Amino acid sequence: MDSKNSHISLEQLRYARFLQWGSRCGLLVLVLSFLGYVSGVIPPHVPLDELQTIWGLPLSEYLARTHTPTGWNWLQLATRGDMANLVGIAILCASSLVCLLVVIPVYARRGDRIFVVLCILAILVQVLAASGILNVGH
Amino acid sequence: MFVGVLSASIRVLKANAVVLWLAVSFCAASAFAADALPVTSAMPWWVLPLGLFITSFLLGIVAVPSGVGGGVLFVPIVGGFFPFHLDFVRGAGLLVALASALAAGPSLLRGGLADLRLALPMAVLASASAIGGAMVGLAIPANLVQIALGTTILGIVTLMAMAKKSEFPDVPVPDRLAVALSMNGIFHDAARAQNINWQVHRTGTGLLLFLGIGFLAGLFGMGAGWANVPVLNLLMGAPLKVSAGTSSFILTLVDSSAAWIYLNKGAVLAIVTVPSVIGMMLGATIGARLLHVLKASVVRKMVISLLLFAGIRALLKGLGIWI
Repeated sequence: MDSKNSHISLEQLRYARFLQWGSRCGLLVLVLSFLGYVSGVIPPHVPLDELQTIWGLPLSEYLARTHTPTGWNWLQLATRGDMANLVGIAILCASSLVCLLVVIPVYARRGDRIFVVLCILAILVQVLAASGILNVGH
Repeated sequence: MFVGVLSASIRVLKANAVVLWLAVSFCAASAFAADALPVTSAMPWWVLPLGLFITSFLLGIVAVPSGVGGGVLFVPIVGGFFPFHLDFVRGAGLLVALASALAAGPSLLRGGLADLRLALPMAVLASASAIGGAMVGLAIPANLVQIALGTTILGIVTLMAMAKKSEFPDVPVPDRLAVALSMNGIFHDAARAQNINWQVHRTGTGLLLFLGIGFLAGLFGMGAGWANVPVLNLLMGAPLKVSAGTSSFILTLVDSSAAWIYLNKGAVLAIVTVPSVIGMMLGATIGARLLHVLKASVVRKMVISLLLFAGIRALLKGLGIWI
């Protein structure tokens, strides 16, 4: 560690390390899957030529027209080009979740109960958002 | 010799300002063109995604020197001038803001410009309310969201034009909550080559404001740096650089929670999202390099003008006056 940044806490450095790996992995998967999608190597769920006539539709109409599943059901179609991109996006979204998990032991060892609770709350919020149980729509 | 160097520097600045103005104009013009183009199956599918990539790239260039997040520029401009439905644009906007924040996050944390202790309490509340914002945004009609977006953008323009900044605010005594949460730290200011001690106050009010900020971020699908920084810096008294860095880091949590809602609801289209994310990140890389040669105040004025235009457009589109 650089001496001028020697005051940076251990948990902050650990958080940074995991955040970097998570975001790099997510971006790599995103770019590769997108290249496979637009090059036609991975056939899409919704054909690209058809897409431009429906990307202006309201969400509910688009989903009905394309039979695109909601919640985590998109995983069943993850081998399709357009849906494969969602894997990279999910990794990006989940990056922070992993970081929060890995800093909890550091706070716990130090007896910093408030930040252990805060990390758990942050994780619960992320898990709730990711769970797909919050069903809303137009 | 000094005069020669000075006049050369001025020429460089002027040239950069002209180039950027052209870039922003091109951005608006291309968006207009995209809007005007009939969307038929005869048009190759890649035309609009390519236009989106170019627009995001140009927005990324101006986003860094102007000090606003890319997501704030992206949603009103792409939502106003491209034919994609606003739900998909907001989904992409969140991912644009998230990817930019994730890319910057690790170095901000390592450099001490983002502070985990300052960020976490704010982020917990803001990410919870961002879920609510995303749910409301996806539940109400798109024209209402457009009207609210236009109004908010015009509010941001006012805030940007009037807000002051304080590089090292004076915080004589931290409040009890800040003490309990140990919201203080040291950061190394490279410009001054010294370590700066900081602490915050008015933490309770700050937490309440972050509830509202998170809601807006989820509702409109844009990063909320425009609101985070004034709250952290002007209200709570964190140094400007720590406020900017911590604001960016908070977005990694806030935008993640809102993005999950859009993703699970099917409002993330790869063909809209990925060119935007890549374009914005490439543009931001160039914007960061230009930071040293561009005159930030000129770029800031351009961005304010662009946002004013996009805000009026969103408002009129929502009201059905300028479809």
